[in-house]
Amino acid sequence: MLNYALSRLLTFIPTFIGVTLISFSFIRALPGDPIQVMAGERGISDERYAELAKQFGYDRPIYVQFWEYLTGVLQGDLGNSFVTKRPVWDEFFALFPATLELSICAMIFAVALGLPAGVIAAVNRGKFFDRALMSTALVGYSMPIFWWALLLIIVFSGNLQWTPVSGRIDLLYYFPDPTGFMIIDSLASGQKGAFVSALRHLILPTIVLGTIPLAVIARQTRSAMLEVLGEDYIRTARAKGMSPGRINGIHALRNALIPVITVIGLSVGTLLAGAILTETIFSWPGIGKWMVDSIFRRDYPVVQGGLLLIAVMVMIVNLTVDMLYGVINPKIRKR
Amino acid sequence: MDDALSAEAEMVQDRPGRLREFWFYFRENRGAVIGLWIFAIFAFLAFFGPWIAPHDATAQYRAATLQPPVWQDGGSWTHILGTDPLGRDMLSRLIVGARYSFFVGVVVVSIAATGGIIIGLIAGFAPKWVDSIIMRIMDIVLAFPSLLLALVLVAILGPSLTNAMIAIAIVLQPHYVRLTRASVLSERQKDYVVSARVAGAGIFRLMFITVLPNCLAPIIVQAALSFSTAILDAAALGFLGMGAQPPTPEWGTMLAEAREFILRAWWVVTFPGLAILVTVLAINLMGDGLRDALDPKLKRS
Repeated sequence: MLNYALSRLLTFIPTFIGVTLISFSFIRALPGDPIQVMAGERGISDERYAELAKQFGYDRPIYVQFWEYLTGVLQGDLGNSFVTKRPVWDEFFALFPATLELSICAMIFAVALGLPAGVIAAVNRGKFFDRALMSTALVGYSMPIFWWALLLIIVFSGNLQWTPVSGRIDLLYYFPDPTGFMIIDSLASGQKGAFVSALRHLILPTIVLGTIPLAVIARQTRSAMLEVLGEDYIRTARAKGMSPGRINGIHALRNALIPVITVIGLSVGTLLAGAILTETIFSWPGIGKWMVDSIFRRDYPVVQGGLLLIAVMVMIVNLTVDMLYGVINPKIRKR
Repeated sequence: MDDALSAEAEMVQDRPGRLREFWFYFRENRGAVIGLWIFAIFAFLAFFGPWIAPHDATAQYRAATLQPPVWQDGGSWTHILGTDPLGRDMLSRLIVGARYSFFVGVVVVSIAATGGIIIGLIAGFAPKWVDSIIMRIMDIVLAFPSLLLALVLVAILGPSLTNAMIAIAIVLQPHYVRLTRASVLSERQKDYVVSARVAGAGIFRLMFITVLPNCLAPIIVQAALSFSTAILDAAALGFLGMGAQPPTPEWGTMLAEAREFILRAWWVVTFPGLAILVTVLAINLMGDGLRDALDPKLKRS
């Protein structure tokens, strides 16, 4: 196991350097000179330009620049935003809890509905429930989520007036945010109505972001369950006279969960990609919206740093999933 | 005795061809056949859209802006699905828009699949260190969430439908590389490949004529699935303003233009998204059918 873990860790290093190189070179390839962009409408004198180029190190060879960037990254220095002048690192981790809160809620939503749906479909294989659930799952899987968001806004915010259209909480409320998770902080602040407001803001984005993972989990659970239900030990359990509920719920589901957990782990990338659209539509102040805004504002250090941090995060999650999988399933380690 | 033998021989000769066999299994899946029909209609609209559409897709009927569909108060048969804020006919825009999505799917899948298959074959046949380098590069591309990477690529190349297609193709490519490489590695061990090599087949013949045809089944399924991913991603980029630019009647771009009217005119938002959903759903249904028909492991169950 230790060998497996070490070899997986070793492949992490070249991938990390590659990811850094890609996000570094993207910015050099973006149209427009970063210094001109920073100078804005007024323009800039040649002396000042040279001074700034020297300050940011743009006058040095590209490989020196990359080396400095890489060593900076390893020390948590991703440069400062052109727009706010604040360190990219600080901005990222100030906004990250918002995305994390939304993603966790979306994942809970997806698992809470997807697992039972998959199990019910598998147990009723070929019957009405199976077909109905799997058709629904396929529709969810094919859903353009930006359109799904707009539809939900039309129905729940427009016609029924149940949910707000944007933001994390009504402007009425203001309280410190030690955890950055709005539902926890609003509860801790003790202000009347703050928690309900936060919850109502969270509902639609959660559904939108959770839809595709929900469909994937339902489909995956069904096929994993079907595979397990064909095993000999299930037949033995049945022959012993064990109740179907116990067989399906305990014997089958527990073993079917292994591939499902992998799928849950691997959908972190999907969640982050979905967060870009969901956060933009609901004006959710998280990483996704921040990235889109920065791309439009040509805020290069932010795009560069955000891209890198997101990729590293996806890599760490994938690595963890791989390791966990190695722990659960010894066959994997041998390869 | 003789009769029985010859009957058997005849049966062997009558064994259906690969295509017939495939169609036999594909037809069993009702959803897949429905998907195929919808896809056929979609392809037809993509080719002949501008001649079928009742109006010019960019003509602005200023007298009839934001007119609701025919079954609502204020609707008329001239504009069956209503008009958008600039008075353009929704139905015509949707019909003409089919060709952009179809085009995106075809181009993206061709680029991604061709590139991916070739790189995958090289990785499967090349010495170990080349293989390692290729797979590490693919890992790097896969570490970025696909839509984010496509978004940044388009920001670099400049927002347009062509650049969106290139970006999506680059993002989808690693899946083909991994798939091809995995099948090549398992096929390479088999006796028929060894005997071809012993018979003196060159490396290119081994790659493209001996091994590749036997690796195609999962790649075809992947192609169907990434066709729908390409359409979804291109629409998402259009929605974010980084894909096709107005006044192109691309479905995602139409949604972006309609966003501010969602609470006043539901039809400008509902129909383009519905078009995307139905198309993607049809292709995914087809993809599921393809997988069941092509995957020999599932055939028996």
